[in-house]
Amino acid sequence: MNNQPTEKTIELDIEGASCASCVGKIEDALSAVPGVQRAEMNFAQRTASISGLAPSKTLLQAVELAGYKARVISSESDIEVLDEKEQADLAHYKELMRETWIALSLGAPLMAYALITGEMSVNSTTEKISWLVVGILTLGVLLSSGRHFYVGAWKSFVNHSANMDTLIALGTGTAWLYSMVVVFFPEAVPVQARHVYFEATAMIIGLINLGLALEVKARGRTSEAIKRLIGLQAKTARVIRDNQEMDLPIEQVLMNDLVRARPGEKIPVDGEVTDGHTAIDESMLTGEPMPVEKAKGDEVVAGTLNKTGSIVFRATRVGKDTALAQIINMVKRAQNSKPPIGRLADVISAFFVPVVMITAVISALAWLNFGPTPAIAFAIVSATTVLIIACPCALGLATPISVMVGVGKAAEAGVLIRNGEALQTASKITAMILDKTGTITLGSPKVTDVVVVSGRTEHEVLQLAASVEAGSEHPLALAIMETAQEKAIELSKASSFNAITARGVEAEVDGRRVLFGNEKLMHERDVTLNVAGDDFVQKAQSLAADAKTPMYFAIDGKLIGIIAVADPIKEDSISAIQRLQKNGIRVIMLTGDNRDTANAVAKKVGISEFFAEVLPEDKAKKVEELQMAEEVVGMTGDGINDAPALALANVGFAIGTGTDVAIESADITLMRGSLHGLADAIAVSKATLRNIKQNLFGAFVYNVAGVPVAAGILYPVLGILMNPVIAGAAMAFSSLTVVSNANRLRLFKAQEH
Amino acid sequence: MLIINIAGVILIALIIWWFWLYKPKAEQVGNEDLVVVVENGVYKPSHILMDGNDTHDITFLRKDASPCAETLLIPELEISETLPLNKPTKIQIPPLSTGEYAFHCQMQMYKGTISIK
Repeated sequence: MNNQPTEKTIELDIEGASCASCVGKIEDALSAVPGVQRAEMNFAQRTASISGLAPSKTLLQAVELAGYKARVISSESDIEVLDEKEQADLAHYKELMRETWIALSLGAPLMAYALITGEMSVNSTTEKISWLVVGILTLGVLLSSGRHFYVGAWKSFVNHSANMDTLIALGTGTAWLYSMVVVFFPEAVPVQARHVYFEATAMIIGLINLGLALEVKARGRTSEAIKRLIGLQAKTARVIRDNQEMDLPIEQVLMNDLVRARPGEKIPVDGEVTDGHTAIDESMLTGEPMPVEKAKGDEVVAGTLNKTGSIVFRATRVGKDTALAQIINMVKRAQNSKPPIGRLADVISAFFVPVVMITAVISALAWLNFGPTPAIAFAIVSATTVLIIACPCALGLATPISVMVGVGKAAEAGVLIRNGEALQTASKITAMILDKTGTITLGSPKVTDVVVVSGRTEHEVLQLAASVEAGSEHPLALAIMETAQEKAIELSKASSFNAITARGVEAEVDGRRVLFGNEKLMHERDVTLNVAGDDFVQKAQSLAADAKTPMYFAIDGKLIGIIAVADPIKEDSISAIQRLQKNGIRVIMLTGDNRDTANAVAKKVGISEFFAEVLPEDKAKKVEELQMAEEVVGMTGDGINDAPALALANVGFAIGTGTDVAIESADITLMRGSLHGLADAIAVSKATLRNIKQNLFGAFVYNVAGVPVAAGILYPVLGILMNPVIAGAAMAFSSLTVVSNANRLRLFKAQEH
Repeated sequence: MLIINIAGVILIALIIWWFWLYKPKAEQVGNEDLVVVVENGVYKPSHILMDGNDTHDITFLRKDASPCAETLLIPELEISETLPLNKPTKIQIPPLSTGEYAFHCQMQMYKGTISIK
């Protein structure tokens, strides 16, 4: 361990630096502080970075003396931020609960008295005095438990806006003021209307605070997924510098640092293994249950768990650049974005509160004009009830809260959804295009068959083929090289290499002209494919029928054999495709491969519709064709060659291999290679959209039905007028219902297989 | 009764004028960074005026513990930021074309606009 005081870097946010010349001034001021080793200012960002041992307080003073203002940019980790948020939420919850008890301890006995005696009117002097005392007590409750509503209402009023606080403040305020008028000037109102509503005022404040408190609790649960992701981050890393191992906070790990991870430890930053080998559990990020073997040259990803061996790796991405940090960032963003379905609710909630206020006025006028005696009491009760029952929160919360839970749930299954729009569209997909290579298949072809003409050996064919293909990046070439390596075949040097697009290659090896490619190439070069009565075309076709890609191999214009390469189908592709089809989705396969191979793969995985020999640029055209046919098209590819098609599709799915995620390229990124991720993504989207619809429906119906009933629309027919306390309870629990319904999504399980 | 009805209609007209028709004065963002305080159900200031040629920083300081105040959205700019309690959060506004850009909380109870002249 290194116990020396380590030098630290402090980032400052500089205010008031308006010209480039300030930079020198500020840097000089900072450099003059004892203990500062280096001070640099970034004028574009108005930040300064200071390294050394100087405390931040002295640095701030130095900047201020120079005539500017500065503030320390917090370098705290996401975990600390989250802890603080939880503590703040808990404090807020306790505060709301305290307010609830204060209000209910006055409201409940008053309400019990009202229910038992039915006597809440002011007729005698004794009653006047006792109700005055109760009125003052109620005012105390309003000013303590309900203070935040009144302050909020006033602030927004001054600001020309109105919100939930406005409605509650107006509703309870009206009820209290009317009651006080009754207490002081009973003769000003008709005898039947000399009723006080202190119990309603206190109960409403209590119940709404209770609803808010429970909502704070329930909301905490909606961010469980992001908490889990943030919790994956390690706090420290064991860094090797100058041959010394030391534990550093992960914020201090630099690019290219060597880091050691022992068995059972979390990988702290992204990196490339330089020493040792191990198995790493990546399930927390990819959902893939099997640990992945890692050895020198392999990538490791922050947040995954080192299982078996001790490894040393070179840090390649640190801080906010690690895949995990990017995933967290993306999930956070997506959780706060809104799908189009929520837009109507947004438009409505923008006008909601003033409309409710107008409704309350109209309702009061209607009672005063047409109501029975005591009209004034009915008018006050109906206006108060309208103001209290209307709940803009339920409407406004309906969409975002479900998106938050849904996006988080998807992330848990290794599905990264970019935004609310992608989430909504994914639920409506009718056709899904799958790229064959790397999506349905593993994307790493293997040599499966070597067929030779009599007199030639397998070794000879492989040796020549591997010599020609050495250095090529083509996946088929890699497959051949791999086989040659496995068989320890020594390669010769190839010259005059020439790649013939969509045909194959030619080269010279050991003075012989070698031709390696498809049937077209052989025909063009007049190579006979029927050798001594042996029809190699037929052999090639039967290989192709088995989903293998055959390639002819000729020396000096004479065929010597066929090498067949196949890209194995992923284990669970078949069941995942079945899941999609069961959902009524039209599954289409695209591939650049030949027709026979495509046909064979399609047959094996149960896809009846496929297009073979499609050039990369034509993939986008296929997407367009399907869109013309009124399909909502999902396109799934590896995100590298398929970018135009992914962008054009209604929803582009990038399939990642492991955690090497193509985060920027698609609407939805599947972190593990399995196509089940695709079915999971669609299932989560559907469940989330269903949840949003339930919430929106509930909130709409609640308000559309609740407000007129509160206004007394049922009174002429059924003689029913809603009690303001009931309205308060309904309002308090309407938004809680929305949050709880969204929380039900947490129980969603992507059904595999 | 007539007076009450007239008073009611006037009240409705006032509500419409005060909440919908009235355009409050905007706060100009200059070289100094602007701090928007999120407290008691409002952004203060809530109407921000800036020129669209430069990148501007707006610092949001949330003093309101209510969960509603937590998220700041500027949908047109695809900005969505979680505001920690009592800690300034800097939001960078890129150069923009003339127009109005709304910012609000998740439920649109806290509302404000950025006007680009």
